[in-house]
Amino acid sequence: MSDVPQSRAALPAWAAVMPVAILLIIGGFFAWGLTRNPAELPSTMIDREMPDFALTRLTPEREALTKQDLIGRVSLVNVFGSWCSSCILEHPQLEAIAESKQVALYGVDWRDPPGAGAAWLARYGDPYTKTGVDSDSRLAIDLGVTGAPETFLVDREGRIRHKQVGPITPDLWADTILPLIRKLDAEPT
Amino acid sequence: MKRLIVALALATSPAAVAHTPPVTFTPEVESRAREVGKSLRCVVCQNQSIEESNAPLASDMRRLVRERIAAGESKDAVMAYMTDRYGNFVRLQPPLQMDTLLLWFGPLLLLVVGAVGWFAYLRPWKTRSRARSAQRC
Repeated sequence: MSDVPQSRAALPAWAAVMPVAILLIIGGFFAWGLTRNPAELPSTMIDREMPDFALTRLTPEREALTKQDLIGRVSLVNVFGSWCSSCILEHPQLEAIAESKQVALYGVDWRDPPGAGAAWLARYGDPYTKTGVDSDSRLAIDLGVTGAPETFLVDREGRIRHKQVGPITPDLWADTILPLIRKLDAEPT
Repeated sequence: MKRLIVALALATSPAAVAHTPPVTFTPEVESRAREVGKSLRCVVCQNQSIEESNAPLASDMRRLVRERIAAGESKDAVMAYMTDRYGNFVRLQPPLQMDTLLLWFGPLLLLVVGAVGWFAYLRPWKTRSRARSAQRC
């Protein structure tokens, strides 16, 4: 009987909760780590100047988007492709944005063979003021793009201020992007 | 008929969707580019390097890495170019820095905690209980 208190003294009371505590800490890391979307990378491009780019024309008759187009007005640069199914989902919202005339909307037709982007826009409607084709991902890699659609909000000086990965939904537009556009519009030049 | 077959073959040939014609680089550029590419993560298929991945973006990245190496850039410079745009995430081996200390030394830390716990509490407890059972015999 006398050795029972002795063995209790050897292991302090808090030792009993240690396994549970360690489990909770590890569980906490898992709960945080496993619920994040691994496709969403933190962008390194925010507040950086839009890189220089040379895009090709969507059709021989239409001028290609250039960096000069992005200077002087707050603009959205939307990366899309005719192969991209979420772009079809996003498309009605882009048309609504173009109609609202709150911002200049430009398109980057990413990794499309000649003519594919033009055909896609002819089929679904063309919300873009101007579009350029990035057939070999040069601009996409320069922008750190990982998939389409991705949209960059560019301020009047041509600096990237916000990046949207995935389709712009009506909620995202109303709650995040439009307020940001208003803020950038109000910024003194 | 022959003309029809040719037309059909052309209509579905991969050349119709090829973006840039494949360019060949010198074996030296190729081997250095491959070394860089093996440590770059494909951002589409995230557990493959761009050398292993079949994703279209990975193939464009491979070409870009080769072009930069061929233009005389060092491996570090190419790595820095990619990290600058995609963050440390593109490096298959994360760098040792403040926010990765836990990643690098976490397992060692757990081992130390376990060892301290063992030596401080579990071992004396075990010897005592062994001594106790010896008494009972």
